[in-house]
Parts: sequence; structure tokens; C-alpha cells
Amino acid sequence: MSVRPQARPVGQKPPFWRDRAKRALMFQIMLIAAVAAFLLYIVGNTQANLAARGITTGFGFLSNTAGFGIVQSLIDYSSQSTYGRTFVVGLLNTLLVSALGVLAATIIGFTVGIARLSPNWLIARLANGYIEIFRNIPLLLQIFFWYYAVLRAMPSARDSLSLGEVVFLNVRGLYLPEPLFESGFGLIPLAFGVAVMASIALVVWNKRRHEVTGKRLPAGWISLGLILGLPLLVLVATGVPVTWDVPELRGFNFRGGITVIPEFLALWLALSIYTASFIAEIVRSGIQAISHGQTEAAQALSLPRNLVLRLVVVPQAMRVIIPPLTSQYLNLIKNSSLATAIGYPDLVSVFAGTTLNQTGQAIEVIAMTMAVYLTISLLVSMFMNWFNARVALVER
Amino acid sequence: MTIQSKMIEARPAPNSTIGAVAWLRTNLFSGPVNTAFTLLGLYLLYVLLTPTIQWAFINADWVGTSRDDCSREGACWVFVNARLGQFIYGLYPGSEIWRVNLTFATFAGLIAWLAIPRLPYKRWVALATLVGFPVFAYFLLYGGHFGLPVVQTHRWGGLMLTLVLAIVGMVGALPIGIMLALGRRSEMPIVKSFCVVFIEFWRGVPLITVLFMASVMLPLFMPTGISVDRLIRAFIGITLFQSAYMAEVIRGGLQAIPRGQEEAAAALGMGYWKRMGLIVLPQALKMMIPGIVNTFISLFKDTTLVMIIGLFDLLGIVQAALSDSRWLGFALEGYVFAAFVFWIFCFSMSRYSQYLERKLHTGHRR
Repeated sequence: MSVRPQARPVGQKPPFWRDRAKRALMFQIMLIAAVAAFLLYIVGNTQANLAARGITTGFGFLSNTAGFGIVQSLIDYSSQSTYGRTFVVGLLNTLLVSALGVLAATIIGFTVGIARLSPNWLIARLANGYIEIFRNIPLLLQIFFWYYAVLRAMPSARDSLSLGEVVFLNVRGLYLPEPLFESGFGLIPLAFGVAVMASIALVVWNKRRHEVTGKRLPAGWISLGLILGLPLLVLVATGVPVTWDVPELRGFNFRGGITVIPEFLALWLALSIYTASFIAEIVRSGIQAISHGQTEAAQALSLPRNLVLRLVVVPQAMRVIIPPLTSQYLNLIKNSSLATAIGYPDLVSVFAGTTLNQTGQAIEVIAMTMAVYLTISLLVSMFMNWFNARVALVER
Repeated sequence: MTIQSKMIEARPAPNSTIGAVAWLRTNLFSGPVNTAFTLLGLYLLYVLLTPTIQWAFINADWVGTSRDDCSREGACWVFVNARLGQFIYGLYPGSEIWRVNLTFATFAGLIAWLAIPRLPYKRWVALATLVGFPVFAYFLLYGGHFGLPVVQTHRWGGLMLTLVLAIVGMVGALPIGIMLALGRRSEMPIVKSFCVVFIEFWRGVPLITVLFMASVMLPLFMPTGISVDRLIRAFIGITLFQSAYMAEVIRGGLQAIPRGQEEAAAALGMGYWKRMGLIVLPQALKMMIPGIVNTFISLFKDTTLVMIIGLFDLLGIVQAALSDSRWLGFALEGYVFAAFVFWIFCFSMSRYSQYLERKLHTGHRR
């Protein structure tokens, strides 16, 4: 064996730049220094720029009067309200369109995803066509399409399209009848609650009985009948304490009922249809990820097809489906910010748009807007981690 | 007993198992439910396709120069035809359009070289695409050197701007993404947490707020008196945003490389950068290509958002053309054209990435 040319004398430490721990420490100190220097530089510049433009920093502007109206708000709002209230109105509008979008996208997405795996060739092709068309066209383009090419091209109020003279669609939006609840209506939610409780009890009892005796009732159908039937029964028994406020054409516009503004409709349609195409792919790949051995083994136990799906395929597929599904929901919430392009009054539009332009408080406004979205994504990813930990396969 | 000395000719399969009728029977009419679904599907196709084809092809007007040439019974493609130059090149001066064409022809050539599996020297071509091409494209598109007149960025637009934004975002995000992904796997706590916070921040906010931030806050961050071009602001926003997504794709690829590879390299006495650059990354990058193509597709679609901060990408310029008083009322035609262009790009890229996934997926399949 050859002698190392420059062997260090025993006991002498290597120079500090050859020591991994010290090198890591130095590198990290350098990183902190670089980031700090960068931040200081930016803060300094910003202060100089703000001073030059005469903008005072701080969140005091939130209590100033906004002075502009918002076309759709879930809480009381007028142009006399403060910027703080504008923020809340925008946030609620974002959450409203996101929640309804998530609901619709899930329904469409699961339907199309399952249709994609249909043994019927035509249905599978149609579902595939839907997926390939809608996920390869930019969302903003789809929003514009629904807004400018479809909803803004609707007839005027006088020539509205109508569905049974109850629902109307025209260039100003969609008009729906509004239910007005009279006294005694409170019993119906109560009946609904009782039915849900009874169904849960039934399912638990049925499961226990099944384990002991091997017999089972069709608990799913009974629960469905209970949940739908009981409130309906109460509704009829109390003499239908609901009247409908049907929108009516008065002059140039409709009065009464619920008005859905076209901006909301366009955004909601585009978000649901676009996200559904991704959800459909996730559902398809989730179901296909279950190995054939699983279904074959279940069939070998002579389980009928619906039980194979319910007891073997779906529980395992959900484990694959849920994580990408949540990230699609997150995408939908973030994409709802495109509302600003068509003027739907969401958070970005009324706060990062109008409020920023009026007050000039760029840093505070953008920081608050980003903080909202960051909080939402953080909450969702926390849920996802919790879920993953719960359903993960325990190996060894 | 008779003995058959010759093989009996195989009889053809019965008509009920082969041929068109059998195919129809198994795939479309295998039972009452299936038949009902097939009929429903046929009805849907009829309802959707007939008016579409009527509008887009049969009743459409193709030739002409002004809106008077359109009968208004179907689509008026005259509008798209008259504006095609703008839709593709924006306001780029007509005599300089060859520069745009040359740039994208070069890019197409480089990408084709990389995409076709058989061609050699992949590593050098990739290097040329990532380092050489952006410089080349800058000199050609912006000009100002070698006798080429300067074309200001506010004249850039249309499909050309869409491609420029997507490619710059991609090329800029790749190195940052690699660094972030390596940093996130690092054992140094501060480096790791810095990378995690950076990645999660950009992934947690919508691109539109990033673009807003780039357009209103970036000027505040710069020393007083220095203004940044609007296009550069969009570049910075898109690159930072994209690098976070890229980092996650790369991290996924890095995780797929067995630990033994890195340990073996360490046993050979390689340092960190040699281990990563020569052993881990080359193997990982190959597996990441489908993921990278997928993020590129979403970036390509997301570039449409720059119209909100006042740049005229393909969608922006179509939208602007719709408000031209000479061509009012052709929104549908404009959107269908833009959607068609985006669709062609995204669909072909997603097909390529699926092909790669199949090629890389060598496991047990049924």
C-alpha cells in the first residue's frame, strides 16, 4: 500500500473548510446574511419610494370610507362602508363562488370520471372528449367565453328566456324564485335532523346485527327514504308553509326573487367545468390504480359487482383520489381570483383592485390578499396531511 | 374408427364474436342499460355537433376583408383572417417579422431534437436550449445589436408573447427549481426551512396576486428613479411562481432515485455537487420530464393572466380586437380561434408527456 503523500500528523484537526459540520454552519450563516441584506435593501428602497410618493404605511386606511358600491354582497354593504368591510365582502364572495364551484366540479368530475371507465364505448369516448377539450383550454378564456360570448349575448329583460315562467335568464342575469318561509317551517329542518339521526342509528344497528347474525337490511335505501320522506311528510302535514317570491317583469327589469349576476354565473360555470375535467382524470386514475388482483379476489369470493365496488374498489381508490382532489379544490379557490377579469366582486377584484387603486396602499393590500389565500392553502394542506396519516397503509 | 391424417381447416369464428356487429353488440348494446346509454350518447352528440358544424363550417364565411362580407348566418372567419397577423405577432413591425419566425423555428428545431429519442448529443442540445437560446432570442427579438433595429417590448404581443412568456418562465424556473428542490432535501435546517417557506409561499397564492405584486410592488422595491419594463416585471413574477411548482416536480423525481445511488457515489469519494450533478440529477431529470411538461402546460395556459396587468398575449389581443368598432359582435369567433390555438399546443404537449410516461413505465401492466 502506498503511503498517502500528505498525511496529516496524528491529532491535528483538518482545516475548518474541510469539516462538514463547520462548512454547513458557515453556508447557513452566509445564506441568512444574504437574505437579510436583500430584505434590508428592499425595505430601504421601499421606504424611500413611499416617502417620495407621500404614502403613509399602516392599516389605518381600513377604517376609511370606501365610497364605491359592490354589485353583490352577502352582508350589508353600501358605498358609505369602510375598506375593512370591503375586504370582508370580497372574501365572502370568493368563498361563495369557491364553495359552489367545488360542489359542482365534484359532481361533474366524478360523473365524467366514472363515465370515462364505462364499458360502453360511446360514453367512454364522450367523457374522454369532455376531459381533453376542457382541460386544454385556458381557464381565463373559458370565463370570457361564458361571460362575453354567452351571457352578455343573452336577450334583454323584455325578451328573457324563461323556464315555466318561473326562472328567467337575460343579459342582466339569472332570476330565480325565492322561498319565503312562514311560521311553522321550523319543523321541517327538525324533521330532517331526526331522520338523519335515525338513519345513523339504523346503519350502526344494522352493521352490528350483520356481524352477529349475518343478516342485513338494505339500510342505504331505508335511510334515503327516511331522510327524504320524513321532511316531506311534515311539509304536507303542516300545510306547506312556504310561498315563492317569483320574479316579475316590471318596466325594464325584474323585481323580486333571487338575482344571480351574470359575472357570478360565468365564473361559476367556467370554474366548475374546467376543474371537473381535472377531477375526472383523478377519479379515473384512482380507480385504475386498484390492481386487478383486488377485484378478481373479490369476485372469487362471489361478491356481486356493486359490493365489489363499494367494499373493495372505492375505499382503496379514495386513498389515491383524495390528495390530488384536495389540491384541485385548492386550485379552484385560487383560480376564483380570475373573477377580476370580468368584474365579479371577489377579494382580488374589490380589494387588490379597487381598494388598492383608491388608496395606493399596495403593500398592505397585497399582503392581506396573499395572507388570505395562504391561510386557506395552509388549512387545506393541514387537512390533507391529517387525512394521509389516517388512511395511509401501515407497513411493517 | 376413421383416422384423420390431415389437419382440419380452422373454421372462422362465428359472426356473433367477430366483426362489426359483434363489436357493436359488446361495446354499445350489451344490455338494456347499455343500450339506453348509447342512445343517450348519440342524442347528445347530435344535439351538440349539428349546430356546431353548421355554425363553424357549413354556414361560415371564409373569404373577404370587412364585416360586410359576412352573411351572419354562421361563423365569420373573415374577422380572424383579417386579424391573423396581429393575433400571432402582436404589433411587431411587419418588416421585422422574420426575426420572430427565425427565433421560433430555431426553438422548434431544438425541441424536436430533444423530443425525438434517437438523435444523439442530447446533453449539448439541452445546454444550448437552456443557455444559448435565450441569449440568441433576446438579440433577435429585442434587437439593438448587429444592425437589427430595436423593437420595444410594448409592441410584442399575440401568440409570440404567449410563447415568449411561457419559455422564459420555464427556462428561468428550471435552475431555481433545481436549487430549491435540492435545498428542501438538504440536511441543513436553515437552508431547508428557507426553501420550504419559499416554495409553499408561491404555491399558496394565486398567480394573479403574484402578477399584481410584480406590477405594483416591484417598482417600490427598486431604487428610486429606476423603472422596470412591464414585460420584465411579468417575467419575474412568472419565474418565481413557476420555480416553486418546478421544485416540487423535481423533488418528486429526486425521491424516486434509490438512496444507494448517492451512497455509492459518496463511497467513491465524490463531493455533494459531483454526487448530485453526475449521479442523481441526470437519472432523476429523465424521470421528471413528464412532470415538467405538465407544469409547462399549466404555465402556458396561465400566461393568459398577463392581460390583466396590461400585456397583450394571444387572449389579450383577441379581447382587444373584439372591441374594435369595425368588428363588433364577433366574440364567439375570436374565442373559438384562441381556444383552438391553445388547445392544439396543450393537447400535443400532453400527448407527448403521456407517451413518455408509458415509455418510462416499464412495470407490470394489464
